[in-house]
Amino acid sequence: MRKKEIIAMILAGGQGTRLKALTKNNAKPAVPFGGKYRIIDFVLSNCANSSIDTVGVLTQYQPLILNAHIGIGMTWDLDRKFGGVRILPPYQHEAGGNWYKGTADAIYQNINYIDYYNPEYVLVLSGDHIYKMDYNPMLEYHKEKKADCTIAVIEVPMEEASRFGIMNTHEDGRIYEFEEKPKKPKSNLASMGIYIFNWNKLKHFLKEDQKDPTSSNDFGKNIIPKMLQAGAKLYAYRFYGYWKDVGTVESYWEANMDLLKEDCPIDLYESVNKIYAFDYSLPPQYIGPEASVKNSMIVDGCIIYGEVENSVISRGVYIGKNAKVKDSVILPNVRIEDGAVVIKSVVGNGVRIREGIRVGDGSEIVLIPENKDVKENIIKG
Amino acid sequence: MLRDYMGVILLNEDESNIRSLTLNRPLASIPIFARYRVIDFILSNMVNSGITNVGIFVKTNSRSLVDHIGSGKPWDLNRKIDGLFIFNYTLKQLVQEDINSFKYNMEYFFRSKKEKVVLSRSRMICNIDLEKIAMEHEKSGADVTIVYKKVENSDMFLSCDVLNIKDGKVISVGKNLGMGEKINVSMEIFFMSKEFLIQAIYKCIQEGNCSSVIDYVYRHVRDHDVRAYEFDGYLGCINSIASYYKVSMDFLDQDIMKELCSKNGYIYTKSYDSPPTKYLNGSLVTNSVIANGSIIKGLVSNSIIGRRVIIEEGAEVINSIIFSRCIIGKNVKLKNVIIDKNTIIEEDKVLIGDDKYPIVIEKGSRIYL
Repeated sequence: MRKKEIIAMILAGGQGTRLKALTKNNAKPAVPFGGKYRIIDFVLSNCANSSIDTVGVLTQYQPLILNAHIGIGMTWDLDRKFGGVRILPPYQHEAGGNWYKGTADAIYQNINYIDYYNPEYVLVLSGDHIYKMDYNPMLEYHKEKKADCTIAVIEVPMEEASRFGIMNTHEDGRIYEFEEKPKKPKSNLASMGIYIFNWNKLKHFLKEDQKDPTSSNDFGKNIIPKMLQAGAKLYAYRFYGYWKDVGTVESYWEANMDLLKEDCPIDLYESVNKIYAFDYSLPPQYIGPEASVKNSMIVDGCIIYGEVENSVISRGVYIGKNAKVKDSVILPNVRIEDGAVVIKSVVGNGVRIREGIRVGDGSEIVLIPENKDVKENIIKG
Repeated sequence: MLRDYMGVILLNEDESNIRSLTLNRPLASIPIFARYRVIDFILSNMVNSGITNVGIFVKTNSRSLVDHIGSGKPWDLNRKIDGLFIFNYTLKQLVQEDINSFKYNMEYFFRSKKEKVVLSRSRMICNIDLEKIAMEHEKSGADVTIVYKKVENSDMFLSCDVLNIKDGKVISVGKNLGMGEKINVSMEIFFMSKEFLIQAIYKCIQEGNCSSVIDYVYRHVRDHDVRAYEFDGYLGCINSIASYYKVSMDFLDQDIMKELCSKNGYIYTKSYDSPPTKYLNGSLVTNSVIANGSIIKGLVSNSIIGRRVIIEEGAEVINSIIFSRCIIGKNVKLKNVIIDKNTIIEEDKVLIGDDKYPIVIEKGSRIYL
């Protein structure tokens, strides 16, 4: 029988409440990012660039845009006969049906999908992280260590460590303890939410975990501690590079601004390992006769007559004459009319900002929800 | 929707006045307007009008075209039923003759369930509603309907075909000499039944008078019911460096750009997954059209910049067209220049062309001191 060595499962069902209005009608992984992408494009492109051709995407919350975006996976070369991308929502079965109760439950409910490909390894990923990574060296490391589970970790500043899931390891990388948001962290190795499991081992622990009615069926809270307790071999794999969890409006804005830095920590411009995004067939961008664009990113379908500085402008955005956009992230199809001023804001899909209106004053990030018609000044978020 | 039509695109086009851009590619795949190729326009017009079966008869040097079109995915032409057919040039044929290309591929016409044909070339750049014309064509009962446009700048349509029209019927067809008078330039878009096309091909072969179907139609306008349909939108013809440059500069006009890119549907093209274009702190860009993936540190004015172009600090690009993946070095000055793909212009170089006859730098060149 044909089989796959490794398949990926992307957790994309979270609501992302901390992104507030950005996820009102949209799943967090499908929130537009960096001008032409959606957040999930990064992890899907990582899979494509790591030659992982079988990917299950676990969806639950507001999946319409996400489903349409992923489609049959053409964008990431994941339209395959054997393998490819599958969208996996919760479903009804003989004994009824349930929502995905937690990250581990989502995988548990799709054991049949994974078994169909009979893989050695399962790569569990989050659909809402911004990073570029080749998963192959991590898989090599996993095999070399003869691990049951390998977890990618990244060094974070010690003072921020208490915001993350922290891995305490022996010198050889073996994990002896996992602490979720520890008050007094013993190490600064944060879990990136990237796991490689031996499928047989994982299946066993998923089934055990289901028997425990008190479990919240979560990888970090339940599966990893249970594996450690049972003496399974868990290893930490160090990742050096840019990685960001865009969980809040602030971190979303920051991650967009990171792309504008002179020494941008994530290279979008190399001609291999591209980040692939849905192509909307829009005309090229037009910069008008009196426009001024400084330190910004702009994409197809934009028409700019005004001033843009330190900003990320998404497709189909119109910026009128004498309008000014500074330190902002403008999502697709926004219309900023003549003379309007937008400072340090995140402006949602399809928003219209009327002539001469002021949004934001640079002190805190202002978030304008999608399709809003802004007729009055909005200075504070 | 034109469910009953098949599209046929003939690429044996005259390239004698646009040689420097067709050294490595057919005219149909010359890059245009920063992110498109010439053929994207007619192909998208066909698809937007509902045509799902398109046969492209290519000529020599088709690598670039085949690479661009691929399986027809961007146009939704990668299909089991109908879809895209590319008919390659073979050594048995003379380049200028399309009759032989047809002759060896007659099966394509017999096999398709479609009863009618839109026949076209690629070089006429427009965004046109073919469905509307097809309805007119069918209502009129004509054997052939030819689309034309009344133009005044005939010098931009050199050696194009000119229709002499009386009461909506074409009475003769001549060549444009470009003397600046008002002419009815043929847009080389023909509506006819498949039966008519097949008979025309047979007649060309049997009688030996014509070597191309288009030629056959032109010469026999009085023997058949051949009518003209006037198009009133923007039309550009890519058949010389001068017209390529003029049409490209026209594109900077927002009304023309909007019409060409979206009036009757979007123009589709191959996606390169280029990142957003980055404008750095020292950049100064005005009245320009720019594709994704470029990095701009210098000055760009009245210009068209393709994908993944790098324009270094102090460089000035004025009234110029830069194709994809070029590098314009520090303090380079360019004015009225067309720079083909993958070219590197090294620091401090100055290139200035004429505003009607720009300098063309060929693909993959390296210009250094």
